[in-house]
Amino acid sequence: MTENATGGPREPGSQWYDGEAGPLVRPYALTGGRTQPGPAGVRFDLIALVSLEPAAPDLDGIALGPEHRTLIGLCRTETQSVAELAADADLPVGVIRVLLGDLLEIGCVTVSRPVPPAHLPDERILREVIEGLRAL
Amino acid sequence: MVSEHSDAAGDNTALALKILVAGGFGVGKTTLVGAVSEIRPLRTEELLSEAGQLVDDTDGVDHKVTTTVAMDFGRITIRSGLSLYLFGTPGQDRFWFLWDELAQGALGAVVLADTRRLEDCFPAVDYFEHRRIPFVVAVNCFAGARTYGAHDVSRALDLDRGTPVVLCDARDRDSGKEVLIRLVEYAGRMHTARLLDSVG
Repeated sequence: MTENATGGPREPGSQWYDGEAGPLVRPYALTGGRTQPGPAGVRFDLIALVSLEPAAPDLDGIALGPEHRTLIGLCRTETQSVAELAADADLPVGVIRVLLGDLLEIGCVTVSRPVPPAHLPDERILREVIEGLRAL
Repeated sequence: MVSEHSDAAGDNTALALKILVAGGFGVGKTTLVGAVSEIRPLRTEELLSEAGQLVDDTDGVDHKVTTTVAMDFGRITIRSGLSLYLFGTPGQDRFWFLWDELAQGALGAVVLADTRRLEDCFPAVDYFEHRRIPFVVAVNCFAGARTYGAHDVSRALDLDRGTPVVLCDARDRDSGKEVLIRLVEYAGRMHTARLLDSVG
């Protein structure tokens, strides 16, 4: 299958790759080389929840890459965690964070902050979690 | 600085909680995540520049090695707007710095142990004890392994008093649920105790 049909030496650029070969674009090329999310100080936790902003601006006039649009599409069905977006879009978390930073900046998505640890286990919520687990 | 804390958590805001599943390589972390998760375990990847972690940018450019670290995770929806995420921590010790990020804001952790190589979970036990993150030790009872009582395991690991030890079968959903319930109960107790402490 990998044999060259003509049997001769391969010319550069003549090979075909399928999905198995992995991405042909280096991941951070999708972000223009940026590794930090846009808005200063924003840090997207893996379980930060991303939802579409109902009052989002019209996206037609905005230059967005296909990966940005993939993320928007994924959020359209339901609120997604950063981790789920990374898994579904099949991109490293770091890349997702940069792309989400862009979307946040243009007001296209809202991102929930995880509850600060000190506030975390509100007793009522923990009871709910335990009951929920029992009922599974 | 704009205040970033819009918490006071309005009741209808979606809330996600994070539980870590740690333990040695091959102890059954992903199996446990898969057994209780409502979705098949998903995988996220983080690209890490190893040199970049410690070395200054300008210095590290030439010999930066990029590694991919994978984390498997699952989800349990408790109700609309409240879900639990389970993250299997990367098994390799050298990716520990990743744990810090994972551990931030975590409700607690499950340390999976295999009694045939208990020492594999020492690092995880240490890690959570030092950071005062509530954890339970879940002994994955592999077929063919001699079974030990929870008390023996607790002693062998020199656990702080009160740290729960649960015997489990990581492949079994009910067993996995029980482990999580014990953890959440314990995390609640720890939290209450700390609140009382702080009030003095």
